[in-house]
Amino acid sequence: MSEHAEHAEHEVNYVKIWAILLVLLVISILGPFVGIKVVTLITAFGIAIVKAYLVAKNFMHLNIEPRYAVYLLVTMLVFMLLLFSGSAPDIMKQEGRNWVKPEIHVEAQAPAHH
Amino acid sequence: MAESIPADAMHAHDDHHHTEQSIWSKYVFSTDHKMIAMQYMFTGMAMALIGGFMAYAFRMQLAFPGIDVPGYGTVTASDYNALVTNHGTIMIFWVAMPVLIAAFGNYLIPLMVGCDDMVFPRLNRLSYQIFLLSAIVLIASFFVPGGGFGGAWTAYPPLSAKSQYSLTALGSSFWLVAVALEFTAFLLGGINFVTTAMNARAPGMKIFDIPIVVWMIVVASILFMSSVGPLIAGAVMLFMDQNVGTAFFDPDKGGDPILWQHLFWFFGHPEVYVVLLPAMGITAEIMCVFARKKMFAYKTFLYTTFATGILSFTVWAHHQFVAGIDPRMANIFTVTTLLISIPIAEMCFIYIATLYGGSIRLTTPMLWALAFVAEFLIGGVTGIFLGASGADIYFHDTYFVLAHFHYTFFPIAIIGTFAGFTYWFPKMFGKMMNDTLGKIHFWGTIIPFNFIFIPLFVLGAAGQHRRIYNYEHFPELAGVEMQDMRVLATVSMLVMLVFQLVFFYNCFISWKKKQKDAGKNPWKANTLEWTTDSPPPHGNWPELPTVYRGPYEYSVPGREEDYFPQNVPD
Amino acid sequence: MRPIATTRMAAGIPTGRLAIWWVVASEIVIFGGLLVSYIMHRLAKPEWGDHAANTNVWIGGFNTFVLLTSSLSAVLAHKAAVNGDGPKAAKLLYATCFGACTFVVVKALEWNMEISHGFTISSNTFWSFYYTAAGLHGLHVIAGAIIMLIIAETAKKNLELHRVELIGIYWHFVDIVWIFLFPLLYIAK
Ligand code: HEM
Ligand SMILES: [Cu+2]
Repeated sequence: MSEHAEHAEHEVNYVKIWAILLVLLVISILGPFVGIKVVTLITAFGIAIVKAYLVAKNFMHLNIEPRYAVYLLVTMLVFMLLLFSGSAPDIMKQEGRNWVKPEIHVEAQAPAHH
Repeated sequence: MAESIPADAMHAHDDHHHTEQSIWSKYVFSTDHKMIAMQYMFTGMAMALIGGFMAYAFRMQLAFPGIDVPGYGTVTASDYNALVTNHGTIMIFWVAMPVLIAAFGNYLIPLMVGCDDMVFPRLNRLSYQIFLLSAIVLIASFFVPGGGFGGAWTAYPPLSAKSQYSLTALGSSFWLVAVALEFTAFLLGGINFVTTAMNARAPGMKIFDIPIVVWMIVVASILFMSSVGPLIAGAVMLFMDQNVGTAFFDPDKGGDPILWQHLFWFFGHPEVYVVLLPAMGITAEIMCVFARKKMFAYKTFLYTTFATGILSFTVWAHHQFVAGIDPRMANIFTVTTLLISIPIAEMCFIYIATLYGGSIRLTTPMLWALAFVAEFLIGGVTGIFLGASGADIYFHDTYFVLAHFHYTFFPIAIIGTFAGFTYWFPKMFGKMMNDTLGKIHFWGTIIPFNFIFIPLFVLGAAGQHRRIYNYEHFPELAGVEMQDMRVLATVSMLVMLVFQLVFFYNCFISWKKKQKDAGKNPWKANTLEWTTDSPPPHGNWPELPTVYRGPYEYSVPGREEDYFPQNVPD
Repeated sequence: MRPIATTRMAAGIPTGRLAIWWVVASEIVIFGGLLVSYIMHRLAKPEWGDHAANTNVWIGGFNTFVLLTSSLSAVLAHKAAVNGDGPKAAKLLYATCFGACTFVVVKALEWNMEISHGFTISSNTFWSFYYTAAGLHGLHVIAGAIIMLIIAETAKKNLELHRVELIGIYWHFVDIVWIFLFPLLYIAK
């Protein structure tokens, strides 16, 4: 039970957080209408990060959970960053590998298949 | 809330001991961790027989091309592909993982940390049921029109994605679904193992009082859970490529086959450590007990494991050196790959230091444990050649690679399993195994094992490629000398398979009460599982134990007995 | 029925919640793998911006609103459960479920519209990712809603109230995934 008392102490106003989230949502939708790419990207992804942070902290109660829960989740994100940095050089540079199927090749294969 | 009440005293489930259980609820739908462990163990062993039978069929074909393999028939080219693919898949996902992680994990974690069951018994049962289903789906894939999937256990697209290449439209999808189900089962299992070890420890068991094997299984489960995600996503994409007409991996339509390789190996390499670590842990337990010595550098061993775990996420592209990846990245991956051999070597040194000066008893489990380290070392050392991107360009996809990874996987999946099984058999079944038979089986497995795979190293270095069903079609690989080595490998395999009968015979007679009762603690070991009856009752202990010290207090000076169980107060 | 093991708490987090964190962790890498794959393609292929221009920001935005609001009711349900008010928690969980249903229905209509405009899953790799990512997320929404109904059923009787929090954590995670999917699929053009 002690643990619940703790929750109550750190009570945040959930409705207020929700309202902030909605305001952020509106901004992120309106961002692209400015028409500047940088603004779009910042409003879109910056705001996504802020929103995720607010939800994780206040709704998932990571603020009062033992720290290692946060470290666990962050480690997973770091692994994803690793996956990205190891694969991006290959996946993002495809010019050399995006071959076009030569017509002759297809014809040569066809009779062999009966 | 229920969680915060220290309920050890409450004996919330006394009724366990009194209810009559039907055969169904006792053996099939049991939620008891020991029964689920046995289910995993025997399913895994049955799958090992299937995987071994496949190896038998295709090795016969390689040694004596075109013959009518007794018990199988002629191995056609597409049969060969399907057999090799499913042999690899089965051995890794349906033998190594269920036996080493799920069976030993289920059996040992609650017993070694001193609690009555896993924290989520019903989730545990569900995990086994999904696993069983996955095995059934995999076996069924052989009987669908077109036959089993033959695109290798790595399932590279486009071969795996397009049925006009693989010619097994259904087989490929069955294979993929089976693998995905298996992952689900192990995610559920992993959550259970990690949570149990973190939360359900006996009072007094501090973090460095946890036996190494529990640590290893937990770290392995964590590695699995954190690496398998991208491959699950990849499996979804591949499934859609196969069946819905997407083109995630089809370069023709803007997809990228290399992406699959990254997703696969991002999981695939940590997976090696997922199966390695439990075997390492089993070895450590056995060595301490039969050397009657405290584990050398317990904490260093742990930190080394963590380092290995983290490093294992940074090496995956060493499997793709010849796939046309960015050469600068290949350099980085070479460096990380060579780096990771350091912690593993360190762990081997810790074993040797643990043995040093001990009073060693060469029982059957100890022989297996020693053989594990010796044979694994050969696998590890040959990996250095393959990790160097330059050398790998020659070695890639030859039998050198094949022999290398069998020198790692065989010690892990077979030697490690036998080590653990013979060590804990008295606890699991309450009987001692026959030591002489055990040793015959040991030598009858280890010697042929080396005679199978050393010739394959030589063949690989001579340029023999993997996944080829008949070398007669390659004049430069079909010479008499090379063929003789193939025959040697196959005959050794036959010898090894025959010696497995000794093992089953030994299990059978030991279990049939021909052997003496094990008693609670036949090996005079310290860890908690040896403080309860053999086999342990439902709920494990009448009164759950309390822990007073670390698990490896052997030969403590000034003590009459040379062991000091964890639950004995000072 | 519940073993003593479940009631222990050596790691300082109740067992159920600890397990949920591991669930969330392994889900992060599942969605992570998919999104990383998408982002790599997306960064390399500016022309995907043109495909993305065909998605409907307003529908996506509305669904974001629905999920954010359902997260609010989930966390309020948790609060009610903490105060021991099972029936209220159940009601709020039903409200969350209603949000989930709305989300799925809107999603279905949206897909229907897109497919009728000729943007199908096999049109090109952008659309493949679009349907796969949203589909995987949608499956999580549906699964969450079903589990929530089960939990609400027991919570109504003031039983197993700690489970309200567990489904809540999962639900917020599903919400966060969408928070990232929204800009990735709808806004970045
Ligand atoms: C009974 C002892 C075994 C024998 C004789 C054996 C033999 C072989 C051979 C000859 C191949 C390659 C065939 C080819 O490339 O054409 C192969 C492939 C493979 N084996 Fe084994 N093996 C044995 C046990 C194991 C074990 C215990 C494991 C792992 C736990 C394992 C994992 C694999 C894997 C992953 C492949 C690659 C499959 C592929 O190419 O897709 N094997 N095995
Ligand atoms: Cu590797």
